[in-house]
Amino acid sequence: MGLLTIVTFLPLLGIIWILLQDKEKDDERVKRIALGTSIVTFIATIVVLALYDKSEAGLQLVDRVSWIPAWGIEYHMGVDGLSILHILLTSFISMLAIASSFPIIKQQVKQYYSFLLALEIGMMGVFLAQDLFLFYVFWEFTLVPMYFLIGIWGGKDRVYASIKFFLYTMAGSLLMLLAILYMGITNGTFSLPDLIAGRAAFASAQNLLFVGFAVAFAIKVPVFPFHSWLPDAHTQAPTAGSIILAGVLLKMGTYGFVRFNLPLFPEASAHYAPTIAVLAIIGIIYGAIVSFAQRDVKKLVAYSSISHLGFVMLGIFSLNAQGIQGGILQGINHGISTGALFFIVGIIYEQRHTREISEFGGVWMAMPVYSVLSLIVVLSSMGLPGLNGFVGEFTILLGSIGAASLGPNAWIYTAFATTGVILAAVYLLWMFQRVFMGPLDNPENKKLRDINKGELAIMLAFLLFVFWIGIAPSGYFALMDASVAELVKTVGSAVASLP
Amino acid sequence: MDALQKLMFNFFPLLFLFPLAGLLLNVANGRFWHKPIAGIIASSAAGLSFVVAILQWVALLRQPDGTVIILGTWLQVGTLNVPFAFQVDTLSVTMMLVVTGIGTLIHLYAIGYMYGDPGVTRFFVYLNLFLVAMLLLVSAANYPLLFVGWEGVGLCSYLLIGFWFDRGEGGTGNANAGRKAFVVNRVGDLGLILAMGLLFWQLGTLTFDDVFAQATAVFPVGSPLIVAITLLLLLGAAGKSAQIPLFIWLPDAMAGPTPVSALIHAATMVTAGIYLIARSHVLFALAPVSQTAVSLIGASTALLAATIATAQFDIKRVLAYSTISQLGFMVAAIGMGAYVAGIFHLITHAFFKALLFLAAGSVIHGLEHGGHSDPVTLQDMGQMGGLRQRMPITFAVYLVGALALAGIPPLAGFFSKDEILAAAWQANRAVYIMLTLAAFATAFYMGRQVWLVFMGEARSETAVSAHESPPIMTIPLLILAALAIVGGGLNLPGVHTLGHWLGHTLGHGELLSFNATVALTATLLALLAVGLAYWLYGRHPLGAAATDPLTQRLGPLFVLFNQGWWVNEMVEWGIKRPFCHLSTVLAHSDEAIFAWAERQLVHTVQRGTAVLRRTQTGQLNWNVAGIIVGLLLIWLLLRFS
Repeated sequence: MGLLTIVTFLPLLGIIWILLQDKEKDDERVKRIALGTSIVTFIATIVVLALYDKSEAGLQLVDRVSWIPAWGIEYHMGVDGLSILHILLTSFISMLAIASSFPIIKQQVKQYYSFLLALEIGMMGVFLAQDLFLFYVFWEFTLVPMYFLIGIWGGKDRVYASIKFFLYTMAGSLLMLLAILYMGITNGTFSLPDLIAGRAAFASAQNLLFVGFAVAFAIKVPVFPFHSWLPDAHTQAPTAGSIILAGVLLKMGTYGFVRFNLPLFPEASAHYAPTIAVLAIIGIIYGAIVSFAQRDVKKLVAYSSISHLGFVMLGIFSLNAQGIQGGILQGINHGISTGALFFIVGIIYEQRHTREISEFGGVWMAMPVYSVLSLIVVLSSMGLPGLNGFVGEFTILLGSIGAASLGPNAWIYTAFATTGVILAAVYLLWMFQRVFMGPLDNPENKKLRDINKGELAIMLAFLLFVFWIGIAPSGYFALMDASVAELVKTVGSAVASLP
Repeated sequence: MDALQKLMFNFFPLLFLFPLAGLLLNVANGRFWHKPIAGIIASSAAGLSFVVAILQWVALLRQPDGTVIILGTWLQVGTLNVPFAFQVDTLSVTMMLVVTGIGTLIHLYAIGYMYGDPGVTRFFVYLNLFLVAMLLLVSAANYPLLFVGWEGVGLCSYLLIGFWFDRGEGGTGNANAGRKAFVVNRVGDLGLILAMGLLFWQLGTLTFDDVFAQATAVFPVGSPLIVAITLLLLLGAAGKSAQIPLFIWLPDAMAGPTPVSALIHAATMVTAGIYLIARSHVLFALAPVSQTAVSLIGASTALLAATIATAQFDIKRVLAYSTISQLGFMVAAIGMGAYVAGIFHLITHAFFKALLFLAAGSVIHGLEHGGHSDPVTLQDMGQMGGLRQRMPITFAVYLVGALALAGIPPLAGFFSKDEILAAAWQANRAVYIMLTLAAFATAFYMGRQVWLVFMGEARSETAVSAHESPPIMTIPLLILAALAIVGGGLNLPGVHTLGHWLGHTLGHGELLSFNATVALTATLLALLAVGLAYWLYGRHPLGAAATDPLTQRLGPLFVLFNQGWWVNEMVEWGIKRPFCHLSTVLAHSDEAIFAWAERQLVHTVQRGTAVLRRTQTGQLNWNVAGIIVGLLLIWLLLRFS
C-alpha cells in the first residue's frame, strides 16, 4: 500500500472513529477527531510534496494493482505536476472547511463530519486516479456526500438545490461514462497512460469522445451555459459546503480538461479550442455582469466564480505553457480566495442570519479587523498585483494573447477577456462598499462583534497563501513545469497540424 | 562602477524597506500608542527613504549611466521570466527624489492636518503604503513589476479617497468617489495588460533594457503592431494621468483628505502616465502616429480642463481641474518628443501644485477650526474672502504657487511651461495654440481664485473666524514655496542641467534653444489674464450674496464650463445606467430562463414516462411479445453491422 493510497483513505479512519463515538453525546470529541484527521491528511499531502520530484514529467509515487482483470480495470494512483497542487488544495481546504464548521453545525454532528471526510476521500481520489474507471468511481462518489451536505444542513430551499446539483452532474457524467467505456473496450485497458499511448485506436472518434468528457467537466466547472445549478447550490449549502464546492469541487472540472481531454484528444482539443474559449469569455463577462445585480452576498460570490472560472478555461485552451500553468494556478487561487470569501460571508451570516447586502453598511466601524482582512481577500479576488489572483490572471492573459490554438486573432479573444478585469473591480468594490463602507446606520449592525481567535486563525491561513502565491509564485509554477511542458509538446503538435 | 558607488547602490532596498517598516510598525502597534506617534513614525520612514534616494543620486553623479539591481525572481513560467529587478538611472532617481522629497513634506504637514482624527493611524499606514507602491512604480526594471506599483498606487488612491468612508453625499459620496477612481483606472490598466501581452510575444521579454534594445530591430517604424502597443500604453497613461476621456475620476478624488490630494492626486501618482510614456520613449519613437495622438490628447485635455477650472466654486475642484490641465501640458510635451520639458514641468508642477493643495488645505483647516464645520461651505470660495489678513503665511505661499502656476517669470512654472510651448511651436502649431489658450485660462482662473479667497471682505461667518494653521503645517508650505520660486533653476535656458542629466537615460537629443517670441507672448498673455481677473474680481470685490460676474459675461458657456462639459453625465447615461439595466435584466433572466428550461425538461420526462407506463401492463403475453421483438432486433443488429 503506497503513500497515495494512505493519503486518500486516511479520512476513512476518521469516519470509523467518529461512528464509534456514543450517539449524540460527545459532539466536541467528534469535532476534534474530524479536525485531527484532516490535519493529519494535510500533513500527509505535505509529505507527498516532499517526496515529489518536480523535474520528473511523468507519474510518481505510483500505486498500481489489477482490480477487474477481465475488463482491464486497475487500481492505479499516481501524482504529477497536473495534480500535485490540487491534492494540496484539497487537504488544505478540507481542513479549513471542517474548522469553520465548529460554531455553526449543531445538529447531527456525527453524520456531518463523516460526510465532510467522505467528501475528502472522493476528491483526493479524483485527483490521483490514473485509471479511467477508478476515476469515474471517485467522480460519482463525491456527489453523494455533497448531496447530503446541502440537502440536510443547507438553507431554506436545500432540497431543491441538492437535487438540482445531483441531476446536473449526473446527467453530464453519463456521456463521460459512455466515452470511457468506448475507449476502454476498444483498447482493452482503462489505464490513462496506456490509453494516451494507444490513442491512435480511437483517434477517428475523438471529436465525439472529447465532447463526452467536455460536457461532464463543463457542467462541473461550470462553463456558460451549464452554470444554472451553481448559484442555487451555493446559496443553499452550509458555509463549509460552499467553501469546498468553490474551493475544490469546481476544480475537478478544470482538472478533468487538463488531465483527460488534452492528452487523450489533442487534435480535438485544438479543434474545439476557439469554441471553448468563446464560451469561457462569455462566462467571464456574463458572470461578472450578473454578479453586479445580486442582492445576496453569497449569490454574488457564486456568480463571480463563473467569471473567474472562465479565465481558467481560457488559459487551459490557450494550449501553451503560460496558459495551462496560469489556468491551473488560477484554479488554486480561486479555491483560496473564493473559499475565503464564503468563509467571510459565513461569519457575518452567523451573527445576522441574513445575507442581503442592503441589510449592511458601515460594517468597517463595527468590525475593523474583519473588514481589513475581507478587503485583502476581495482585492485578491479582483486580481490586485502582489496578491495571488493577479499572478494567475496575468499569466492566463499572456498565454491567451499568444495562443496558436486561437489563431492569428488571439488578441481579440484576450481583449474581451481582459474586460473581466475591469468588471471584477466593478462588482466586487460595489459589494465591498455597500457592506463595509458608508454610515453604520442599521442598529442591528452596531451589535456585531469583531472576529474571534478561531476565525482569525482560519483567515490568516487563507491569507498566508494569498500573499505567498502573489509574491513568490515561481515555486508553485516550478511544480508544474515538467508535466505541463510534456503536455504542451503533445497538444502543441496537434495545434501545429491544424489546417 | 567604483566601490563607493557600489556601496551606495547596496542601500537601494532600504528605499522601500523604510516605508514598509513604518507601515508595519503602525499596523502592529497602532492601537496601543498615542495617536501622533503614528504620524511621526510614518514621516521618519518617508524622510529616511528620501535620504536613500539622495544616496542613489550621489551614486549616479559619479557615473550617470545607471544600473539594474536584481533582488530575486518573481514570476517565472514557461519562457516568461520576471525578476524583482530595479532600474536606477537618472530618470528613475529623479522620480524617486520627487516622490520621497515632496512625500516627506506632505507627511509632516499631515501630522498637523490630521491631528485629532480617530483614524489617523490608518491614514498614515495608507500613506506609507503609497510610498512603497509609488517607488516600486518608478524604479521597476520591467513592465509587470511596474504594473504592481501602478495598481498599488491605485489601491492607495482608492483607500485614501474613501478614507472618510461614511461621509460625502448621502453618506456614500466618498466611497463612490474612491470606487470611481479605481474602476476608471482599471479601464486604463486593460491597455497596459494587453500592451504587455503583445510585447511579450513579439520580443520574448518584458525587461525594459531588452525590450528597447530589440524593439528597433523587430518593429519597422509605423508598423501596425507597434502603433497598437503604444496606443494601448497611452490608454494606460490616460487612466492614471487623467487624460481625455478618462479624467472624470480626478475631480471626485478630492473627497480624500487634502494632503492626499496634494501627494497622490497632484504631485506624484497622477504623473505615472507621463513617466510610463517617457520610460517607453523608444517604442513611441517607432510610432509617429501614436506620438501625434499623445500630444493631441494632452493638448486638448489641457485646454478642456482649463476651461472647466475657470467656472468652479469649490477651492479644491479648481485645483483638481488645473491638475488635469497641467498633466495635459506634460503629456503633450512627451508626445512631441520633448521628454525633458515634460519631466521638467512634472517636477516644477509637483512643487507648486503640492504647495497650492496644501495651502488650500490650510485654508480649509483654518476655517474648520474656526468652529464651523459644514464640509460643503468649507470649500466653497463664495463663502471665503478676505483671508489675507487672517492667514498671512497661507496667503503669501498661495500667491507664490498661483504665480508659479500662471507662468509669471522668474518662478518655476514659467521656465517649464515655456519649454513646452517652445517645443510645440516647433513641432505642431495646433498643439501650440491649444496650449497657449490653456495657459491664458490658467492665469485667469488662478487670479480669480486668489481674489475670491484672499482678497476683499469675508463673505461668511466661517471666513470671519478663520485663523492661521500651526507651524507643522506652515513650515512645509514655506519650503515648497521656496522650491516653487527657485525650481526653474533646474533647467535654465542655455544651461540645461536637467536636460543633460536626463539625457543619460532618455538620449541626448537636440536641446531646445530659448525662444524669445514664445516666452514673451506667454508672459504677456499671462499678465493679461491676471489683469482680466483683477478687472472682474479685484476692482469691485464680491459681496456676501453676489453672483460671480463671470456668469453673466460667459452666459451659456459658463454653464458648460461649470458642468464640466457634461462629461460625467455622458458617462452616467451612456455607460453606467445601461450597464446597471443590463445587469438587472440578465440577473433576472438568468434565473427565469433556466428555471423555465428545467420545467420544460421535467414535463417532457413526465409525459414520456406516462407513455412508457402504459406498456407496463403486467400481462404475460405482452412480456413474451416484448422479448421476441427484442431478440429480433438484436439479431438484426448483429446480422447487418
